[in-house]
Amino acid sequence: MATRHALLLGTRKGAFVLDGDGDRRSWSLRGPMCDGWPIHDVTREASTGAILAGGGSPWYGPAVWRSDDLGRTWTHSSEGLTYGDGGPNVVTVWNVTPAHGVVYAGVEPAGLFRSGDGGRTWEHVEGLTNHPTRPEWQPGAGGLCLHSIVPHREDPDRMWVAASAVGAFETRDGGRTWATRNRGVRAEFHPDRYPEFGQCVHKLVMAADGGEHLYQQNHCGVYRSVDGGLQWEEVTNGLPSDFGFPMASHPRDPQTAWTIPLNGGDRGRYMPDASAAVWRTHDGGDTWIRAGDGLPQQDAYLGVLREAMAVDDRDPVGVYFGTTTGRVYGSTDEGRTWAVLADNLPPIWSVEAAVLD
Amino acid sequence: MTDALPPVVVHLPRSLVALFPGTERRMEARGRTVAEVIDDLDTRVPGLRNRLVDAGPAIRTHLNVFVAGERAGLDSHVSPGDDIHVIPAVSGG
Repeated sequence: MATRHALLLGTRKGAFVLDGDGDRRSWSLRGPMCDGWPIHDVTREASTGAILAGGGSPWYGPAVWRSDDLGRTWTHSSEGLTYGDGGPNVVTVWNVTPAHGVVYAGVEPAGLFRSGDGGRTWEHVEGLTNHPTRPEWQPGAGGLCLHSIVPHREDPDRMWVAASAVGAFETRDGGRTWATRNRGVRAEFHPDRYPEFGQCVHKLVMAADGGEHLYQQNHCGVYRSVDGGLQWEEVTNGLPSDFGFPMASHPRDPQTAWTIPLNGGDRGRYMPDASAAVWRTHDGGDTWIRAGDGLPQQDAYLGVLREAMAVDDRDPVGVYFGTTTGRVYGSTDEGRTWAVLADNLPPIWSVEAAVLD
Repeated sequence: MTDALPPVVVHLPRSLVALFPGTERRMEARGRTVAEVIDDLDTRVPGLRNRLVDAGPAIRTHLNVFVAGERAGLDSHVSPGDDIHVIPAVSGG
């Protein structure tokens, strides 16, 4: 059977699946799914083939949705997805990440949950909530959300998470205890420009060589770390702005990553000069290359949110992003040239590339 | 025991029953309070309580429950034969 490529989309009005052909040239849309709920993240659990979607209804609360038939039918659950009757209400799910036989969910207000049964029931990872800094966590403009979950590729006890505007944390004991991982990251909105926590991480990703090599797009710059976040080095130089939301890393080349700078946190948060571009590095962030071929170069007041860029594992790698105006762009040459894959969708909150067997 | 109680009639919104395929918009349930009625419904429609009830516990902020025409909370008393309406707030965009 031919390989079926798909983009899994989370939008403000439901999940969608964009089915592609083997050449990644022709795409067709299915949806809306998840009953039109606002969906922050859609992903595929490789071990089972299930599609998982995290979001929250303004009426019916948060849930993780699950489809075992490639999106035709869905179930949903929030059993256990709660801080308890004495805690704050969980508003929505921002990130769903399967790893090592467990599914993790990052929620708003910021916290981490895990499921050992594919999302049917959930357990609060209390160690993160019990971190001594928790009473001082403050929300970013998008809310106090835990949006990035980065499992270690081999060690199930190690994981990084990031929340806005709190920063990054790492656990090395399966979530029982956590340590801040923000050294070297600026927080221009903070009296101390380099605090222990309080940074506004926008997206945290792992490089292809795994383990200790991370990238992050922050409210205040782009950074890399080669020691698991113990120390971050800013690599914003060469980009048109230090502000953006998404970040993606190459599946095989640890020195290649993509980001989409926006013009600034207080300048409208659209593409600089209203000219759309994706920027990539092939040297770990030392230098950056602009690519706008196929993207609108004028009057493009586009935003791209933190979960709305993805890469596939083909050679050459496909790179994809969705805009707040409901358009999906794709590149089959690692981000050099671009084409419109879908348009007129609701505001796009997440994009994930998947292979549907 | 609520099994021996006469039933009340619960009217559920379209957007809620859509989440549980096969569920009817009009259901009979038993209980002395709104909370007990919701618990009774949850035994037949697993997960329904989580869609209606938030931490506290309390009825979710943007839902309204009316018992015999009066706005109610989880602790509100229900009487045999009462009509209970679950109505989403008019919101969204």
